[in-house]
Amino acid sequence: MGRFVARRLLQMIPVFFGTTLLIFMMVHALPGDPVAALWGEKAPDPAQLAARKHALGLDKPMLQQYFDYMGGMLTGDFGKTLAGRPVLDVITEALPVTIRLALFAFAIEIVLGVSVGLFAGLRRGKAFDKGALVVTLLLISIPVPVLGFIFQTVFADDLKWVTPTVQDSNDITQLVLPAFVLGSLSLAYVARLTRTSIAENIKADYVRTAVAKGLPRRKVITTHLLRNSLIPVVTFLGTDLGALMGGAIVTEGIFNVKGVGNALFKAINLKEGSTVAGFVAFLVIVYLVAGLIVDLLYAVLDPRIRYA
Amino acid sequence: MRGVSQAKWVVAAVAVALAATACSSSGSSDSSGGSSDSGAVNAAGVFSYQSGEPQNPLQPANANETIGGRIIKNLFTGLVDYDPATGALRNQVADKIETTDAKNYTVTLKSGWTFHDGTPVTAASFVKAWNWSANVKNNQINSSWFSDIVGYDAVHPEKGDPTGTEMSGLKIVDDTHFTIELTSPVSYFTYKLGYSAFSPLPEGFFKDPAGYGEKPVGNGPYQFVSWEHNKAITVKAYDKYAGSNKPKNGGIVFRNYATGEAAYKDLMSDTLDVLDQVDSTDLPKFKDDLGKRAVDQPQGAIQNISFALYNADWSSLDKDKAAKIRQGISMAIDRDTITKTVLNGNRQAADAFVAPGVMGYKAGTCGDACKFDPAKAKQLITENGGVPGGKLSIMYNSDGSHKEWVDAVCNSIRQSTGVECIGDPKPDFKTVRDLVTKQQVPSMMRTGWQQDYPLNANFLRDVYGTGASSNDSHYSSPEFDKLAKEADAATSVEKTAELYQQAEAVLAKDMPSIPLWYYKTSSGYSNKVQNVKFDSFGDPVFTDVEVKK
Repeated sequence: MGRFVARRLLQMIPVFFGTTLLIFMMVHALPGDPVAALWGEKAPDPAQLAARKHALGLDKPMLQQYFDYMGGMLTGDFGKTLAGRPVLDVITEALPVTIRLALFAFAIEIVLGVSVGLFAGLRRGKAFDKGALVVTLLLISIPVPVLGFIFQTVFADDLKWVTPTVQDSNDITQLVLPAFVLGSLSLAYVARLTRTSIAENIKADYVRTAVAKGLPRRKVITTHLLRNSLIPVVTFLGTDLGALMGGAIVTEGIFNVKGVGNALFKAINLKEGSTVAGFVAFLVIVYLVAGLIVDLLYAVLDPRIRYA
Repeated sequence: MRGVSQAKWVVAAVAVALAATACSSSGSSDSSGGSSDSGAVNAAGVFSYQSGEPQNPLQPANANETIGGRIIKNLFTGLVDYDPATGALRNQVADKIETTDAKNYTVTLKSGWTFHDGTPVTAASFVKAWNWSANVKNNQINSSWFSDIVGYDAVHPEKGDPTGTEMSGLKIVDDTHFTIELTSPVSYFTYKLGYSAFSPLPEGFFKDPAGYGEKPVGNGPYQFVSWEHNKAITVKAYDKYAGSNKPKNGGIVFRNYATGEAAYKDLMSDTLDVLDQVDSTDLPKFKDDLGKRAVDQPQGAIQNISFALYNADWSSLDKDKAAKIRQGISMAIDRDTITKTVLNGNRQAADAFVAPGVMGYKAGTCGDACKFDPAKAKQLITENGGVPGGKLSIMYNSDGSHKEWVDAVCNSIRQSTGVECIGDPKPDFKTVRDLVTKQQVPSMMRTGWQQDYPLNANFLRDVYGTGASSNDSHYSSPEFDKLAKEADAATSVEKTAELYQQAEAVLAKDMPSIPLWYYKTSSGYSNKVQNVKFDSFGDPVFTDVEVKK
């Protein structure tokens, strides 16, 4: 197990450098001169344009910029935005907000998704199951902006429980609405995955054995049925955590949450390579770590899975 | 046993999630309670304004975009500013600005003005600030604003390091007097002085310009409180403000919004007080939604499409014939219908190259060329040999919601004259600017102009003068340049404005670009504020906003 973890961690290094280099190259390939755009409709002053570019290191060849950037990153220097702010500041402002939002959405997803899936799977074909299928289908088919709009209209405009957008992104209680919208799609998938898995495994030999042993129903379900049925769900959840963090652009826009999606979108628009690469570096790490945890969780859920 | 501890963890997570959900529904219910409708005003009341993250540190000569620009305008007051209702020039820190030849100016300051750190505003506060801002080493985006002053080339040479740190054209006489010498007469230099690049800076600024860019100390009606990046910038009323526009409220929170839709939602629930601009999604319904609280007002800004005159097909044609063809294209555009339908009445059809409300605007300068006349359009184009290359395209940036009207304009041209016309979208503003500066525009391009100061010279000289920094079509007319020069040398602003009208007539004849329509401010405010008026820059008159009790 220790060797497995070590090998996985080593594998992360080339993946990390590969992805960040790719992103760096892609941002570089975007058309237009970001520094010249600061002058708006006016023609930039060539001397000042050159000076600004030099200060930001944008006058160097692309690969050199990348290596400088990576070198800086190791010492905690993520470069500067076009406006001259340290990129690290931008990241440390936005990242906690999105982590909070994503984890919140993730919690909603797990708790609601797994429990709905479990009950639906146990009562397959009954009213609850059919209801769950309809509701999850609805959630899957409604686009996020529409869902966000419905939520704003119902909970803010009509019921007046909350303000339409998030006033303080650091206040976790205000994140309920966006978190639910963000997690809704995955919630539906989790519920459906769990349901199918449960419905399949309920006929499995080990469940029959457990029932035959005279174990109480609760015990059969939690330690035998659910634990084994969660493997596909955990796989999905692992990749989903990364998706939630990176994919919050739409939700963050609707609810004006000042998170990664928001900052990343702006940085891409401004062609701020260093900001984009910085965020992506973090997101890559989140993905990789989430992947590792998923693999490790397999062993916890099913001891038959062994690591070489 | 691991399984059991896992289950416990899940139960704990459920509890946390449920608790959080419960909290939110009760916690924020009281924040959106009904607002009182009494007209009583709370002079210390603070209101919020839809804003975004400034592109640059908050230094007066470094803000050329609206977000940072309007915050600077509230934190700093220059020698003069413009009356928000009329656009007329009025003195603020200046007691008087005198000149006899439009080249040498003597500035007398009022006493009693102080910076927010308590230090007095003196002649040196201006002269030092301008010298610093003009210096190429300090890399201020608006440094070219000082190029009229003698000695600018010493602090801001085209190449290499500056040879000095002071412009010889600026001389401090005493604490309340200084003189300005310009390289050539510019009768409306006082108008330029209202631009925020000419703001004074306190002594402390020069020791730590970067730090002051994060925490600006100005002399304006509002005093800086905090800048939470990507969230909000907060300012409060400065109680020792000496200007004529004393704030009628306690302060402003410039709140950062990622999308216009989100801001509109907040406005509707009185969570946000004043909107910047209604986004295009909500434009068709905002007047119904807001009723009396809706704002619909002209702005000092114009939308044009300009010809890439440097292309061989235009430059090789006979000058008069080419101009006639361009007039024909202009006549083929049904401005009234497009502004009403495609643009939801949010624009006003243009009849001149200068926006209304600007000093020197003369209605109808564009003449027949800006009137929709398909028959005449077709005739002009065919009689003069047709559009060069046989087809037109309009380049625009697709990140700025221009597609709809560009397509409509092209449709209009095609239907009226049969000339092939297509929209030529580029992904974003940067890409478009890149092609424009490199002179690689194939046919026509979208151009726009928002006033820097409300005088027609700004719409003409800076856009159509030979070699002007915003002359995107590379139009060059000796006749226009001569008239512009004469206008600049006039002894009064009134005379300047009049002479510039003659220069504008040259444009109508040559048609280097086609005026389409003027921008309008479409905005609104919440139930919690009153007396919200907008100026021709499209900014609310922040100091006049009253917060209800």
